[in-house]
Amino acid sequence: MLEFALERYNYWIVIALMMIGLYIVFSRGNLVKTLIGLNLFQTSVFIFYITVGKVVGGTAPILIGGHSEGGHGDDHGGGHGDDHGGDHHDTHHDAALSAEDAVAAVQGDLVNRMGAEPAGDGHITGHESLHEGPHGVESNSLFTGSPGEEVPDLITRSGAADLPHADAEHAAAGLDVLYSNPLPHVLILTAIVVGVATTAVGLSLAVRIREAYGTVEEDDIEAIDNKTTLAEVMA
Amino acid sequence: MLLNDLPVLPVILPLVAAPVCLLLPNNRLPGLFASLIAAIAAISSAMLLAEVAANGPANYDLGGWAAPLGIVYRVDIAGALVMTLVAAMAAVTIPYAIRSIEAEIAKSQTSAFFAMFLICFAGLIGVVATGDAFNVFVFLEISSLSTYTLVAMGAKRDRRALTAAFTYLVLGTIGATFFVIGLGLLYQVTGTLNMLDIHERMVGQDNRVVRAAFAFIFTGLALKLAMFPLHQWLPNAYTFAPASVTAFLASTATKVAIYAMLRFLFTVYGFQFGFMDVAFAFFLLLGMLGMFVASLIAVFRDNVKMIFAYSSVAQIGYMLLGISFATPEGVAAALVYVVNHAVTKAALFMAVGAVVYSIGSSRMPAFRGLAKRMPVTAGALIVGGLALVGVPMTAGFISKWLLIRAAFEATLPVSSLFLVLFIVSTTLLAVGYVGRLVWEMTLREPEGQVEMKPVPMGMIIPMLLVTFLTFYLGVNADGLVKLAEAAARELLNTGLGTGGAF
Repeated sequence: MLEFALERYNYWIVIALMMIGLYIVFSRGNLVKTLIGLNLFQTSVFIFYITVGKVVGGTAPILIGGHSEGGHGDDHGGGHGDDHGGDHHDTHHDAALSAEDAVAAVQGDLVNRMGAEPAGDGHITGHESLHEGPHGVESNSLFTGSPGEEVPDLITRSGAADLPHADAEHAAAGLDVLYSNPLPHVLILTAIVVGVATTAVGLSLAVRIREAYGTVEEDDIEAIDNKTTLAEVMA
Repeated sequence: MLLNDLPVLPVILPLVAAPVCLLLPNNRLPGLFASLIAAIAAISSAMLLAEVAANGPANYDLGGWAAPLGIVYRVDIAGALVMTLVAAMAAVTIPYAIRSIEAEIAKSQTSAFFAMFLICFAGLIGVVATGDAFNVFVFLEISSLSTYTLVAMGAKRDRRALTAAFTYLVLGTIGATFFVIGLGLLYQVTGTLNMLDIHERMVGQDNRVVRAAFAFIFTGLALKLAMFPLHQWLPNAYTFAPASVTAFLASTATKVAIYAMLRFLFTVYGFQFGFMDVAFAFFLLLGMLGMFVASLIAVFRDNVKMIFAYSSVAQIGYMLLGISFATPEGVAAALVYVVNHAVTKAALFMAVGAVVYSIGSSRMPAFRGLAKRMPVTAGALIVGGLALVGVPMTAGFISKWLLIRAAFEATLPVSSLFLVLFIVSTTLLAVGYVGRLVWEMTLREPEGQVEMKPVPMGMIIPMLLVTFLTFYLGVNADGLVKLAEAAARELLNTGLGTGGAF
């Protein structure tokens, strides 16, 4: 039980930050402090997304076929190739091609496991989903066809098939690699930008409120507003 | 070919036009430019609606990346309907704003105001157009952030606009963050962000993660759409924002959030989940509470803008009620309600804005004897008020009638007859607040002489246009009802997992 809780320490941090942030938002009367609370609350979500992005036994999605002859240049394969990520781009690519047979086998298995029956193996219980990746929990999208264009085959991270020298069986089990899924990182970058913008707008509002009311304390502002309302009604 | 780009055109156009708008000089030019953009967006949305109604959902892969890997825009009938509504409302409120903001904001902020307006507009359309769950969050925030600014711009007339905007910002951000937490959990379960893809991958899964995601997403959306106990930001924001902003927000922002809710309820989650019944019962209860409590508060308010703001909260209750039936008739009624209420509230807030422009106050005493002082504006207020109550020959009647008919046909946790009686009795509360306003306007003499500015034609014409629409939708509703029924069937089919695949 204790081990279970400790293993998921990052989730506890997320929950704690979230609660602290929300509490500050609701309990503090100072507008700037409210914004700080709001920031804490948002930060907890950033950490949550980053946690989601770490998958044990994961690997980057790889394209097989579809761009075998000098594939980087062509419009579709090239774009996907970039997904493999910078430095070991080429080795990556070649290895994937040379290991095509093994990969195809794994892929067939995967399609059965994840594409066709998401309800079976893909089914997860609440806690299983948190850390143990290999059950197809967090599979990236496998797309099997789309009208009008030749879609390259794509294998998902669960296949672990991009480890060039790894034994396919072992890789499919994929228990020993900690993989950072780029997508949640990208998502949270977007959310960080939104957060920064929100803070900027909030702080500039606080400045304007200070100019208009002479205070940033919510209670004082409310008292001033109540006076205004009362004067209106009496008039 | 431009025609193929229809699903993205109404999003891209205002988004690109906004910075251009910012560069224009602070005269009438930014307003005219923004009006032109909104008009083009409205025309292309209407074309898209015709196209979608005839040929089924329109898909657009952004950057040529096929779904589910790429971000896809997917517009079905419900989407096209709401998109056309938003674009049309922008196309009438922006020309209205050109004159109405002259007294409301500093002249040096004119181009910034219209740039913000366009960004808000782009965000709202984006929520409707996209088929990507995370994109919904991004667009919601694009529209919300610009909305906070727009609300705060009412500060020149009343500094309380600043505190209203601040409260809105805090609550709106909490809502958006809840929404993002929910999306993160969904992503954790499915590994995808495409709505239909999520739906397919979630079939048969019913565990704590999925349920927690549901709770987070719908609490977040409930904050955005001002569902009854989470509506605290709305009355002040609507009351102190500039008139054109209130008219635009009241007719679009909450409606788009309702649309997002429909999307997530039926397209992303669907009926396979055991807890959907609980959720629907919850919506039913909160919708009823909202209808009653918010209407009651509206009766006792002194500021007419505030009265209509509370009335908006109550009307959202009716829409939730329609959604909670979870039948094609109920959802269709909710969609018709969305359109009709948007048009009605736009007319009302524009008329109130005209009074504020002319007399300088939106409080009850300013409306005393208005029928003699400003007969046209008073007429618009009366037509709009009757539509709120649901008098035949107005838009409000059609939506209430559809809702009541849907209530009789649905199987519900409470007796249908009780529900119908409840709807009728809350309508009586609407008679209370609308009646009070009409009584002040027609039967009471104005107190003393007030200096009145003549209302410019630039404000009167858009106001009369939506007022006429309020009347027209009450007389000739067939087209709208048919569209809404088709949209609801499509939505629920996806929810049942029988249609809507790529």
